[in-house]
Amino acid sequence: MMSGQEIRNYTMNFGPQHPAAHGVLRLVLEMDGETVVKADPHIGLLHRATEKLAESKPFNQSIGYMDRLDYVSMMCNEHGYVRAIEQLLGIQAPIRAQYIRTMFDEITRILNHLMWIGSNALDLGAMAVFLYAFREREELMDCYEAVSGARMHATYYRPGGVYRDLPARMPQYQESRWHKGKDLKRLNRWREGSMLDFLDAFTDDFPTKVDEYENLLTDNRIWKQRTVDIGVVSPEQALAWGMSGPMLRGSGIEWDLRKKQPYAAYADVDFDIPVGVHGDCYDRYLVRVEEMRQSNRIIKQCVKWLREHDGPVMLDNYKVSPPPRESMKTDMEALIHHFKLFTEGYGVPAGETYAAVEAPKGEFGVYLISDGANKPFRLKVRAPSFVHLSSMDAIVAGHMLPDVVAMIGTYDVVFGEVDR
Amino acid sequence: MSEASVNSLAERLVARFGSMLSSVDTRLDQVTVEVDAGDLLTVATALRDEPDFDFSQLVDLCGVDYLGHGQAEWDTGSVSATGFSRGVQGEAAGRFDWEGRPIGIDLPRRFASVVHLLSVQHNRRLRLRTYCDDNAVPLLPSLTGLWPSANWFEREAFDLFGIVYDGHPDLRRILSDYGFVGRPFRKDFPLIGNVEVRYDPERQRVVYEPVTSVVPRVLVPRVIRDDADLEQARAEAADHWQEN
Repeated sequence: MMSGQEIRNYTMNFGPQHPAAHGVLRLVLEMDGETVVKADPHIGLLHRATEKLAESKPFNQSIGYMDRLDYVSMMCNEHGYVRAIEQLLGIQAPIRAQYIRTMFDEITRILNHLMWIGSNALDLGAMAVFLYAFREREELMDCYEAVSGARMHATYYRPGGVYRDLPARMPQYQESRWHKGKDLKRLNRWREGSMLDFLDAFTDDFPTKVDEYENLLTDNRIWKQRTVDIGVVSPEQALAWGMSGPMLRGSGIEWDLRKKQPYAAYADVDFDIPVGVHGDCYDRYLVRVEEMRQSNRIIKQCVKWLREHDGPVMLDNYKVSPPPRESMKTDMEALIHHFKLFTEGYGVPAGETYAAVEAPKGEFGVYLISDGANKPFRLKVRAPSFVHLSSMDAIVAGHMLPDVVAMIGTYDVVFGEVDR
Repeated sequence: MSEASVNSLAERLVARFGSMLSSVDTRLDQVTVEVDAGDLLTVATALRDEPDFDFSQLVDLCGVDYLGHGQAEWDTGSVSATGFSRGVQGEAAGRFDWEGRPIGIDLPRRFASVVHLLSVQHNRRLRLRTYCDDNAVPLLPSLTGLWPSANWFEREAFDLFGIVYDGHPDLRRILSDYGFVGRPFRKDFPLIGNVEVRYDPERQRVVYEPVTSVVPRVLVPRVIRDDADLEQARAEAADHWQEN
């Protein structure tokens, strides 16, 4: 360098069309050579005003919008919203519905973590994990489809229970140009019985699949070079920045709403909470991998319980849940209830509540204010990704540019819920 | 939180802060306290630092616009000589466009900022509400100095409601578009918005124009009914819960 020459930092635009920006993150980075001095995330490119839209329609019509917030952990978002309504109404879903919700929350957690492990590894240069992860995602998405008719945006949870009971038959692959012969047989080998049989077979097999991902990553030299000691979040920082979920547990704080403030059937199932030690990207990776194994355990317990216990999955209360179609044919009351429910909805007593669930990314909270009307007065969605991303500048400053990509990956941000 | 721990927290809050809390509420086993803007920082600092409270996390902060709270669009209480109203009147955001937006309707204190705190140590939550004294320029002290997580939440409330947080290091819009005009989550901001964008092939760029492609409309009017049927529903639900 020549003496007296002035060297200035330069500003770099990362995204919104960058493959590692996980959607529509625009990151304005102030760089000193390869080192990040300041990171300023610009968000809102996917802002749809979900909260304002919810104010303009009856409560039930917004359940579908919740799927579209964090669009890789759909049912967990529904769970938060539905729980808020149930708290204000003072109702509780039947016990079988609670178990179904617990099971699908954990299926959702695995779905989310598979998406995360695949895309995070892809960002850091490991292509194969993505393909492996999507193989299992497909099986679980079939469960979503079997139960709700939609692979992603299920709208399956309702205030007072779930939309319908689990299907007695798991749908099978049909013969086609792509699936035939031995291949078709392999695809359908778990699908001879009910959905619970399918999930039983899946949960027996899934730990070996997690071993496969771990084989590819846990001792992988390049993976460790990219994640160990990168993006270290101290426990104090994690608390101050409002972190939750794997971000908080990765820093060694044992905090999980499923244990600390149990909801649905979590108090009755057995599982462990993994915590990290160093609070770096690698620890958060280990935490999430272990969470997949624990979720698998929970699903297995739920399957067992659901096999042994039958019962209603929806409150038999026509003020909030529709009457069965058959009774509408003969019963005037049922017909009136149905009509009122689908034209006007139900009124929710005036008051306010905050309902939180442990979504795969952290604490997903719904703050709901009702003034007694058939529509929410104010709905605030507390999205974990939004909070995590806000700490970007504090964590990433001083790191190298490639570490920013590792950090975005480990935050597990999804812009559906950051921008809402 | 259990009822006992909610009540004990509420009692300790009253004992510690006394007249600084303008209201304490424990409905639905959640503690809500209201604090005046002037006392907010004192109360918040104590809540964070005193080991008895130890609210180490600010979980959520949001703005609320109380304009039109408790107002329905459809009168169902009595049938007049002409029958039920059609439910097409009202001040809801779906009813008007930018030109016809209601101006000059006012409440004594319209805007509030609601904070949700969490104590990881004690496993307790607390809701803290502060009303803004001035409707024209809603102003509150910023909590970013106490909890850095308030930073983006306050930017969001500023962006969507126009609440100004005094002492915030970087109060910019966060969710709405660059150059956006208006405070979109206020109740007097139309649901169809203010401007729409399209690509103009002649000028070869994106242009912003007043909304013409959407007409404001409401499919389901806002209805507030007597709570009697809700009470009945709750009683029925309780019965069923026992049967299961």
